[in-house]
Amino acid sequence: MDFSFLNQPAFSGGGVYLDWVISGIKWTLLVSVLGWIIAFSVGSALGVLRTTPLAWLRVPATIYVETFRNVPLLVQMFIWYFVVPEIVPQAAGDWLKTKMPMPEFWNAVLCLGFYTASRVAEQVRAGIQSIPKGQTSAALAMGLTLPQTYRHVLLPISYRIIIPPMTTEFLTIFKNSSVALTIGVLELTAQARQISEYTFRTFEIFTIATVVYALITLTVTFSMRWLENRTRIPGTIGGAGK
Amino acid sequence: MFTGFDFEVIQRSLPYLWQGMQFSLGLTLLAMLGGIFLGTLLALMRLAPYKLLSYPAGAYVNLVRSIPLILVIFWFYFLIPLAMKKLTGNPYASGIGPFYSALIAFTMFEAAYYCEIIRAGIQSVPRGQASAAYALGLDYRQATTLVILPQAFRNMIPILLTTSIILFQDTSLVYVVGLTDFMGAAGKIARRDGRLVEMYLFAALVYFIICYSGSYFVKRLQARYNVGR
Repeated sequence: MDFSFLNQPAFSGGGVYLDWVISGIKWTLLVSVLGWIIAFSVGSALGVLRTTPLAWLRVPATIYVETFRNVPLLVQMFIWYFVVPEIVPQAAGDWLKTKMPMPEFWNAVLCLGFYTASRVAEQVRAGIQSIPKGQTSAALAMGLTLPQTYRHVLLPISYRIIIPPMTTEFLTIFKNSSVALTIGVLELTAQARQISEYTFRTFEIFTIATVVYALITLTVTFSMRWLENRTRIPGTIGGAGK
Repeated sequence: MFTGFDFEVIQRSLPYLWQGMQFSLGLTLLAMLGGIFLGTLLALMRLAPYKLLSYPAGAYVNLVRSIPLILVIFWFYFLIPLAMKKLTGNPYASGIGPFYSALIAFTMFEAAYYCEIIRAGIQSVPRGQASAAYALGLDYRQATTLVILPQAFRNMIPILLTTSIILFQDTSLVYVVGLTDFMGAAGKIARRDGRLVEMYLFAALVYFIICYSGSYFVKRLQARYNVGR
């Protein structure tokens, strides 16, 4: 193991190879976090829609979830990057192809966000459905409207229940962000491969990438466990408090 | 929107796409069998009362589960030729070919995920079953293979199959090392003929049909298994 190559001047970009690693970590985090914001908001909305008693809201949400879940992420990545600009109206397509800033990055964010949204939706739905029916009935009987029932009764409980599976989903989008390298985003895995090609220090650089991924995963897991404890409803058992 | 959509390119390339699909299906099936086998061993190790067995298994599973599949594929593409040189003592030993490299990478990666499912499955078998097996005079191997695992696997079949459907989707990632699976075949034709829209949408449709029918089948199976519980 010889890590001195990290201080050698990089092949391009003016810095040293360590700068490439740091920039890779930065892009991995940016893609994951921005993608997660989309996934969380769209997924929550879809999850709520899938539990409403209204079929015309449920059916489109179900179609969305089934479509995005059953097509591989790589295929979706290529569709966002190569296909969408061709099938949208001409003007929009031209903008996407020529004027869009950082097209690889934003397409990766959108793709990961909307893909993960389908998985988040399933967790939100499961969380809401795990709440006893009596809670909904009681809320409606007290005169709350259906949106109010979701806002004040169902969602506050279910978000607490689903913290552990949501942590898994965030870690999934974090790991899946490496798929963005297929459309040219230089995130951590891509940088690791690139550095190995320029320096032949494959073992060292892959080890660094592995350690960074593992450390971020550990950090996220522990902070979510803390959050789970903090938000636990008093009187419930909860998994993390043991 | 679909003006100039060329269906003929799909029809023309069907035999080539089928070759790719055979690669994807073969890789999925073999990695699934290997992954479940290794995953079972890992799960038994993790549940063993000896730290010498449970710690390394736990470390392996947690490490693999915290890094991206693409990085795992890169790792094995780098490590397998090195290992071959060490094992054969021949400094010019070549690898074992791209298919087997991919197969090993996927098997080792999926084993970590299958391990956690199988561990939960084993733990869901009531403790009394093991005690009863030992009381009848069975040893550890007999109790595990004849009493515990058959019951555990019966509970796990739906989730193992669901994981395998995800594995089938993940095999498309062999793209990163340039192998020609179904997606790779579609991509090659797409670039050669300049028909990206047709080929990628067709690939998406095929994956959707296979995975959707797969998960529908699993749902049916689950409903049948749940009867009487």
